[in-house]
Amino acid sequence: MSKLAIDVKGLRKKFGSHVVLNGIDISVPVGTVYALLGPNGAGKTTLIHILSTLVAPDEGSVKVAGYDVVSEKNKVKQSISLTGQFAAVDEMLTSEENLQMICRLSGLTIAESRTRTDELLKHFDLTAAAKKLVKTYSGGMRRRLDLAISLVVSRPVLFLDEPTTGLDTISRRALWEIILQLKAQGITIFLTTQYLEEADQLADRIAVINGGHVVASGTANDLKSKLGGEVIELHNSNEELIGTVSTTGTIHDIRLSLNELALKYPQETRVSIRKPSLDDVFLLLTSKKLEESLS
Amino acid sequence: MTNITPRAFTKSSSFGLTNAVFIGRSIRLSLRNTEALIMAIMLPVMLMLLFTYVFGGAIDPGGNYVNYVVPGIILLCAGFGSASTAVDVAHDMTNGIIDRFRTMPIQSLSVITGHVVASLARNSLATAVVIGVAFLVGFRPSANAIEWLAALGIIILFILTFTWLFAAIGLVSGSPSAASSYGFALLFLPYLSSAFVPTDTMPNWLQGVANHQPITPVIETIRGLLTGTPIHDQAWWAIGWCSFILLTSLIWCFIAFQKKAGRR
Ligand SMILES: Nc1ncnc2c1ncn2[C@@H]1O[C@H](COP(=O)(O)OP(=O)(O)O)[C@@H](O)[C@H]1O
Ligand SMILES: [Mg+2]
Repeated sequence: MSKLAIDVKGLRKKFGSHVVLNGIDISVPVGTVYALLGPNGAGKTTLIHILSTLVAPDEGSVKVAGYDVVSEKNKVKQSISLTGQFAAVDEMLTSEENLQMICRLSGLTIAESRTRTDELLKHFDLTAAAKKLVKTYSGGMRRRLDLAISLVVSRPVLFLDEPTTGLDTISRRALWEIILQLKAQGITIFLTTQYLEEADQLADRIAVINGGHVVASGTANDLKSKLGGEVIELHNSNEELIGTVSTTGTIHDIRLSLNELALKYPQETRVSIRKPSLDDVFLLLTSKKLEESLS
Repeated sequence: MTNITPRAFTKSSSFGLTNAVFIGRSIRLSLRNTEALIMAIMLPVMLMLLFTYVFGGAIDPGGNYVNYVVPGIILLCAGFGSASTAVDVAHDMTNGIIDRFRTMPIQSLSVITGHVVASLARNSLATAVVIGVAFLVGFRPSANAIEWLAALGIIILFILTFTWLFAAIGLVSGSPSAASSYGFALLFLPYLSSAFVPTDTMPNWLQGVANHQPITPVIETIRGLLTGTPIHDQAWWAIGWCSFILLTSLIWCFIAFQKKAGRR
């Protein structure tokens, strides 16, 4: 068995009477990217906070880099780096000052701090803005600075809480590139996201949490094949999606579906067939839970 | 895009260095907050002039009021200056940056120490301004060098005490604006003391409050040291009150900081 960077067994956490995590098991092998998906309020940030020692678990065993997050807090802190959901930067300092401060706090000498800061500013394309106060930065620049700060020293495990939320497509792809580079260096990355495409592109394994439980986990393909078959998509003449139907993919089944659809939709409707996407899995998993909790 | 060179993690920074970094950060933030800084310097000047020239004549037609009022203005300005610590601390606690510090292998409570030291620096400056302006408008203290040192010691103890108290208030209040309004309430204390008028000119029930609150002994001690009025046992009361509030605030800060874990 390969070594685990994150090992969570039977984790429970509630705030007051509100149970947020109700028996979570997750294991992440060293050097892999793990994506945690879930609707808003599912407890993704809470889980990251527990893994990064900010919040204590109520029950269960939680190990990061082989250390217990409760009894070996300091060892865990030496092994992790966190980029939280909201940019953790000093608005009234420049990006250069922000980086140098974290360098010094990480035990680098003044000279080392300078070199490392310049290196990271260049890498994250912030050199031109290095001497401007962070409060004047755009959302994308703040995110980049936030990530740069997390990478001042390489710790074996990196947590990213919704790293690309609110970023434009170009910044998002640049960030993906960086995440893959870090993975190539052997860093274990645990990220949460609301974008299924992101999980699909980056993650070796994915877990979906909802209602306090892991409702599905595996590789992107495992999850997709859970749905099985094919999806028929219907578009109108303006290329807008007007409906989807699942089928097993056999001629028989597709013909039956099409017979039905031909009666319901205008004749110029265009039909295409594709493999199920993570979106379909996600919608299925989270809506099923929703129905259960409503009934 | 070039590759980021990984940098093996070195030992984390020592306790002393951590404090030094956070103190540097807070002082830098104080210097950048120009409005607050100008206010911290202007307020002593305005109050000094206001109390000497506007109220002074009515309170003491002999023109001696300036000697009476200097300690009060020093404390008023120090109270005002340390109150902004509550806002600074609350700001840090509600911003994601505290999570970053907490997940680093450092003593993260030093964030607060940084704000306290910066407040000490700001308020020492304000105190110097008060004393400077006081001399210009006719303040004639009788203190010798040792009495001056003792008075400055009491002033610094007072600033330190109230800064830690405001830091605790900043930790427990949910937002910078809440911190600011809680802090405001405390700023009335100097008016209900012997800072501006002797307490025996107040109604009886108010004298009870004024004579038994911490500001009065501090004022009486500073006034006694600087201008030679009788101190009696007020110095011990001043030191006792300050030590008590300081210790309580430190413990309160420590507990509040631990409890605040992950709550935002
Ligand atoms: N400190 C806290 N106190 C009380 N409730 C909290 C706290 N932190 C999170 N919650 C609640 O826990 C639930 C999960 O929140 P969160 O982990 O932020 O979800 P996500 O990141 O998946 O959107 C939410 O209902 C939230 O209101
Ligand atoms: Mg979240």
